[in-house]
Amino acid sequence: MPDLSVNGVTIDDTFAEAFGMRATAIIITASNRKWARQAATTMTGFATSVIGCGCEAAIDAELPASATPDGRPGCRVMIFAMGTEELQKQLLNRVGQCVLTSPGSACFGGLEGSAELKLGSALRYFGDGWQISKKIGGRHFWRIPVMDGEFLCEATTGLTKDAVGGGNFFVMAESSAKALVAAEAAVAAIGKVPGAIVPFPGGIARSGSKIGGKYKGMVASANEAYAPTLRGVVRSELGPDINAVLEIVIDGENNDAVAAAMKAGIKAVVELGPKQGAVRIGAGNYGGKLGKFIYSLKDMLP
Amino acid sequence: MKALTFTLVAEPPERVDLSPLTPERLAGVERRDIEKIQIGTSKHGSKVGDIFRVAGSDRLDIVFEGGSARLDKVAEGMREGSVRVVGSTGAQAGRTMRGGKLTIEGNAGPHAGSGMRGGRLEITGNAGDHLGAPLAGELAGMSGGLLIVRGRAGTFAADRMRRGLIAVLKGSGDHAGSRMIAGTLVVAGGAGEMPGYLMRRGSILLDRAPKSLSPSFVECGAPDSVFATIIDRYLIAEGILKRPLLGKAPHRYGGDNAVLGMGEVLFPR
Repeated sequence: MPDLSVNGVTIDDTFAEAFGMRATAIIITASNRKWARQAATTMTGFATSVIGCGCEAAIDAELPASATPDGRPGCRVMIFAMGTEELQKQLLNRVGQCVLTSPGSACFGGLEGSAELKLGSALRYFGDGWQISKKIGGRHFWRIPVMDGEFLCEATTGLTKDAVGGGNFFVMAESSAKALVAAEAAVAAIGKVPGAIVPFPGGIARSGSKIGGKYKGMVASANEAYAPTLRGVVRSELGPDINAVLEIVIDGENNDAVAAAMKAGIKAVVELGPKQGAVRIGAGNYGGKLGKFIYSLKDMLP
Repeated sequence: MKALTFTLVAEPPERVDLSPLTPERLAGVERRDIEKIQIGTSKHGSKVGDIFRVAGSDRLDIVFEGGSARLDKVAEGMREGSVRVVGSTGAQAGRTMRGGKLTIEGNAGPHAGSGMRGGRLEITGNAGDHLGAPLAGELAGMSGGLLIVRGRAGTFAADRMRRGLIAVLKGSGDHAGSRMIAGTLVVAGGAGEMPGYLMRRGSILLDRAPKSLSPSFVECGAPDSVFATIIDRYLIAEGILKRPLLGKAPHRYGGDNAVLGMGEVLFPR
């Protein structure tokens, strides 16, 4: 089948391949938007890829005061990992070091899932015996004394086993500036999709990788087929018009969230058009044999 | 199905024990057998049929039409369904209930909700002394559930409470929350003398500064409290209060330091 073209943007006849993951979500609130964001940004730092960070995490949505349990501005943060144990460990480390420590913060469960992960029920030990348990309306909270008052933290949050990680597409453009404009438009559009995050810096990865490498111990290495400097040297996937490729990697609460995010992102890139943004959209896969979830680009078109 | 209704025919000649008339204890019992259940507690030996006219059949929806201070142990130990009393009750209404909903559209006598473990008990009028509290010899009082008194409560409300929430909306007698082990007691409309006397843990939330506290309570300032916001929002969402009780940074007193000292008395600034 020949490649499609929508609004002048070529769509590769390929698919993104994604994997099942474990995910959880929490709601972080603070006395104002700035500090809710600060706690959320800090706890999702160094969480771009499970390859080196143990988890993938980002802010799913900013919540207005009217949508949080305590009536203060907040953020919903999602965390993804390959296994329940690692997810639990990452959740506690990150909330313990980055949210508990952040001025005025409080933390609530942000997902109802098939199982529970410990949150306040583990962090309460910071209270050193002065922590207070409160059950209010079927929810269990821990109040932990801290230097600006109390850190209120829900005892548990939910875990979902339906999460999907690694949904992706490539934005290919004539210059890195145009690729960035297109990728930013995609990230902004995906930001509005509930239940999906883009964990890389600003939602964008420029070092899309292949599995393994020629050096021993490398789990992932350069994806030379999409590196413009190696065009002509290796078997390249890039035509002469492309000088920059950026990848958007998407993790979602479930299959639908990833598909919705891919659609939203691709729509934004297509609408921008080739003059300002990308000339071509592709996707990363491993031949379709490794991942449980397949997202054909032609099904994701606006 | 229509609610199983017990209509009070006349003032009972003796105190009656209504504990057999709960949804679970009446499940599968025929109406004529219900009328034969003995509820009298003296030589009169009154049966249900002597005191009430029985109608309806839904065992999960029980209504007592007409109240009397001689109706004791209404819905004692109930676990599911709904019991409504249109009128007042005697002692120990809703004692040790574990689930379901008990509504008393009138006043309740002493020990209402005593040792309650779950469910929801709402009293639209006043409650007597020892609301939710243990009987003599018992170690703990209320240990779960929600107990709302729209009127006033007597002395020793929430005595030895361990878990759950009690809300009293038109003031309480002296020593509210005495010997509390944990849990939450809300008193709007003013608590009497020395709320929280000998409390170990738990929270007593007031709508104004208490008129007296045991001297073994210490002031802990008024830091911002997300807990205060959460409980305020919960009380409004449950229809218990109409406006926030505590605000964002209530005053806090810690105590009672004559015992463990991990309890608190909170009231708005």
